[in-house]
Amino acid sequence: MTTVSNPTKGRRRSPFYRFAIKTLQTLATIAVTMLGLLFVTFFIGRVMPVDPVLSIVGERASKEIYDNAYRALGLDKPLIVQFFYYLRDVVQGDFGTSLRTGFPVINDIKRVFPATMELATIGTIMGVVIGVPLGVLAAVKRGTWIDQVARVVALIGYSMPVFWIGLIGLLVFYGILGWIGGPGRLDIFYEDLVPQVTGMILIDSALDGNWEVFRNAFSHIVLPASLLGYYSLAYISRMTRSFMLEQLGSEYITTARVKGLSEWNVIWKHAFANIKVPLITVIALSYAGLLEGSVLTEIIFSWPGIGSYITTSLLSADMNAVMGGTVVVGLVFVLLNIFAELLYKFFDPRAT
Amino acid sequence: MSINDLPRPTWREWLLTDTPTSRNHARLANMYQAWLAFRGNHMAMFGLGILLFLVFVAALAPWLAPHDPFIQDLGARLQPPGTPGYILGSDSLGRDILSRLIYGSRITLYIVTLVAIVAPLAGLFVGTVAGYAGGWADILLMRITDIFLAFPRLVLALAFVAALGAGIENAVLAISLTAWPPYARIARAETLTIRNTDYIHAIRLQGAGPLRIITKHIWPLCISSLVVRVTLDMAGIILAAAGLGFLGLGAQPPSPEWGAMISEGRKFILDHWWVATMPGLAIFTVSLAFNLLGDGLRDVLDPKEGKS
Amino acid sequence: MKLRSMMIGAAVAAVAGMTVVPAIAATPANMLVIANRIDDITTLDPAESFEFAGSDVARNIYSRLVNFDPKDLNAGYGPDLAESWTVSEDGKTITFKMRPGVKFASGNPVTAKDAEYSLRRAIILNKTPSFILTQFGFTPENVNETIKALDDSTFQITTDQRYATSFVLNCLTATIGGIVDSKVVMEHEVNGDMGNEWLRTNTAGSGAYTLGSWKPNESVTLIANPNFYQGEPAMKRVVVRHVQESATQRLMLERGDIDVARNLNPEDIAAVAAEDGIAVDSELRGRLMYISMNQKNPILSNPKVVEAIKYLIDYKGMQDSFLRGQYTIHQAFLPATYLGAIDDTPYSLNVEKAKALLAEAGYPDGFEANIIVREAQERIEIAQSLQNTFAQAGIKINITVGTAKQILGEYRARKHDIYLGAWGPDYPDPNTNAGTFAINPDNSDEAGLTGILAWRNAWDIPEMTKETLAAVVENDRDVRAQMYEKIQREHQATSPFAIMYQKIEQTGRAENVHGLNLGGAITAVSYWNVTK
Repeated sequence: MTTVSNPTKGRRRSPFYRFAIKTLQTLATIAVTMLGLLFVTFFIGRVMPVDPVLSIVGERASKEIYDNAYRALGLDKPLIVQFFYYLRDVVQGDFGTSLRTGFPVINDIKRVFPATMELATIGTIMGVVIGVPLGVLAAVKRGTWIDQVARVVALIGYSMPVFWIGLIGLLVFYGILGWIGGPGRLDIFYEDLVPQVTGMILIDSALDGNWEVFRNAFSHIVLPASLLGYYSLAYISRMTRSFMLEQLGSEYITTARVKGLSEWNVIWKHAFANIKVPLITVIALSYAGLLEGSVLTEIIFSWPGIGSYITTSLLSADMNAVMGGTVVVGLVFVLLNIFAELLYKFFDPRAT
Repeated sequence: MSINDLPRPTWREWLLTDTPTSRNHARLANMYQAWLAFRGNHMAMFGLGILLFLVFVAALAPWLAPHDPFIQDLGARLQPPGTPGYILGSDSLGRDILSRLIYGSRITLYIVTLVAIVAPLAGLFVGTVAGYAGGWADILLMRITDIFLAFPRLVLALAFVAALGAGIENAVLAISLTAWPPYARIARAETLTIRNTDYIHAIRLQGAGPLRIITKHIWPLCISSLVVRVTLDMAGIILAAAGLGFLGLGAQPPSPEWGAMISEGRKFILDHWWVATMPGLAIFTVSLAFNLLGDGLRDVLDPKEGKS
Repeated sequence: MKLRSMMIGAAVAAVAGMTVVPAIAATPANMLVIANRIDDITTLDPAESFEFAGSDVARNIYSRLVNFDPKDLNAGYGPDLAESWTVSEDGKTITFKMRPGVKFASGNPVTAKDAEYSLRRAIILNKTPSFILTQFGFTPENVNETIKALDDSTFQITTDQRYATSFVLNCLTATIGGIVDSKVVMEHEVNGDMGNEWLRTNTAGSGAYTLGSWKPNESVTLIANPNFYQGEPAMKRVVVRHVQESATQRLMLERGDIDVARNLNPEDIAAVAAEDGIAVDSELRGRLMYISMNQKNPILSNPKVVEAIKYLIDYKGMQDSFLRGQYTIHQAFLPATYLGAIDDTPYSLNVEKAKALLAEAGYPDGFEANIIVREAQERIEIAQSLQNTFAQAGIKINITVGTAKQILGEYRARKHDIYLGAWGPDYPDPNTNAGTFAINPDNSDEAGLTGILAWRNAWDIPEMTKETLAAVVENDRDVRAQMYEKIQREHQATSPFAIMYQKIEQTGRAENVHGLNLGGAITAVSYWNVTK
């Protein structure tokens, strides 16, 4: 049995040295993961029986035009050489040009990722604001009807096919009631009115002080974000309940109760304070999940996000776009994971 | 057998004993007590009931379905629910929706069963090997796991299906491919805690090889946390399969896969709501059943939650 | 308690937030908003663009030498940037007189030099649609002689042999005939690409509109060109938004958030037609829906089997049910309204006859075959209907659904049994379809004539190829039409193509919008006559 790192060795070094090593290790992990992601994506793209050349030249192309495009893409070179060229460009910050849109992939991502981020952020906020209290409540009232209702509410959130409920939601709230904005991020006449800073319209319009655009954007985002929010609520509330039960069952809580602390204090000051860290991990992971972009939600709501960007690119074998998108999503996922881990280490003395 | 010497206990007493007489006895006793706890959870029982019903329907599909699910009748398309002969209405090609739902339950069960076997087994294998072997094997396997975790899930599944060609088997493989990494992580974590216990040390001293230790002694201990996780993931799996069907990359027409049925029906959702809604409800019901069951199982099996 | 009131508060706030949203009843009076599927646009360069939504953009941005008047498509091509033209004695040289005083959106004058640059550019770049021009013998090597500006207002092209003048001019109305602003384009040239990279995402034309913005898969915004020689159009902005779902388009139309919805399915069309303030237009388009049988397949190459299959399609059943209003039965390769088009429909569902034919062919119990179809709802439904009717004669059909590119790849590689798909004409001359359905100069695999449908189905037709080639050089219009009629009848009887339907585009339109023309079977949409 071998272990790679010998903990006693590091302990004698200065804290700065340890920090540097740790940082390097983390960076190496990210790099390796990204490299792996790229490799897998690249490989999948090449074995896929979808022809990227056809995306460029279309159905009518003659053999000559086809062959020209084939060579222009470098597809006549060995796979490993292609991969190497691609990596070389990526290291220089060049993700290539999307075959499907004709724009540099980086530009496309700058356009689609903020759209997804806006949706995911609001969804997560909704999930946290409602899910955490719901989970706490369910744990405190364990076994009562409140717990059961919370359970059913949460599990329904898990079980809904979003593409179906999304259409129904649009029909009811937009088509019949007219309470909310329709598909897309803005009504068409509000488009391009505020300067693009972050790409998230709610923030951009607030920065610009243009509240009319803000309101319009809000009316468009509220339904898709609620659907995502419901889904994340389901997850967050179940995890909160589970964490809380663990705490409420422990001895120090009993002690606190015996000491005569108010129930409010016991729940929030003691039990809840102790689940913050794992809870933040859960929230970070659920956020990361939403940041992948919910392809189906994006299709239903004509939301130009990264999920549908990667998917449609994939289906036309536009691998530059797919790899660019995958790297961004993967990076976000890894970073959020590392953030959650750091948090653990920072708050939880037991973890080394 | 010692049982014969004592006054014969009832089955119930035998199962509830605090002093088990053999390893199997202990195991059965544990399971029985878990069952008792589980039975008290009405929601979970309800979920289990739905799933048993699903199995029943799938098994007896040819006898239960009023029509052939593939027979078209362009003259009787988009009939509303309640039309004589079409209890849940008919679809765009005039096929009976109820019959299609009934036959579709077989596909759903098929997907669920296959994924529930493939993904956890793959995860279990990777996780326990990584956890038990440690060292470079651990680092390598966990990096691979991380890479797959960092992949956008539906994209990975789509890519895989696109690479292999659309179809139900490939959809199952694709979903399994995206589902295994969390299981690997769980299995590894469990293995790490088990690995250095006296129990495993003792077995190792008896001369058991790593393969035997992993398969005979570590795997069984990982099972319960995996079962909980799998059941809770089932809904996600059904929805993912339906999502692939919705995007046209799951089951191939005219197969009555529920996701594909929603996809076909969404064209008519505003005027002929039932075409998409009936399979939508079916997916919803089964997902909910799995979730209720999984939630109940977690209460019973997950040691973390303790008995408060 | 506190928790509960907090949650209720949040819920109330959420609902209140939703209801304060102002409902805007209609789009602004000088703005046209259209919902359409525009995810097929990959480039805006007229020398490269070939897909439907791309043609829509190009028609409104780039004027051509000759063009169709949206107010009267039946009149055929007429003058656009070329005011007039003359044809030489030998019929090979056409000399155009440029319209004076026309300016590009940039302010530069439109001259014969721009025409020369644009057409030479299309030949030299040699992108997919270049065949539309190169079929007249233009090559990168000879463009200096064959395509030239004599002076600023005179432009001349010389073809390699005598072709029907209408054939040549019809081809110049295609997207690839768009005239670009040579000065602006040359400023953006990189590594000798003739501005291709830049023109993919920017425009430099003299048409009614200029490009405001193009967000792929999201929207295209066009801005009125004040320099447009026919006068600045009434709609100052035209926004085409990508909306995938028919149901969503319908909701947006009913709410007044859009003026025109272009992808409504029959059910949604029926529903909006009943709404006040919404009108439905039907326009016959050029796209044909067909199945074709690979002649490399020993069973499917049997003429009796091919004929039997043509009797196993429920043409009418599909037309009257899920294709209602959007496709009309059409069984010849030239779309209705084209020169020489015929409306014979010899085939209908006849299972008994098909069974007899199959028995004659030696397959009384049928056989098994695979049908490939791309992931599009109506095509999958057609495939399932075929599966159903074929089964009645014992033919077992497996359906393989794939992405568009996947299916196309298989088709072009001649790996299919039966292909189900659509074909849209590239330019408004009968040769656009005759030159692909009824021509196959070399049936060998090595020839790689992937752009030709007859080749893709390995259908070897030396005789018909000759007839088709003869038709393009016939200058007498009536004789030419008769030649195409004859070819089509023969094609109908013997070819492995079962042409089923011609597309009718149904649009939902706010009643106050007038003058929108989608381009019929021959060209793309035009916005410049639209008023509200």
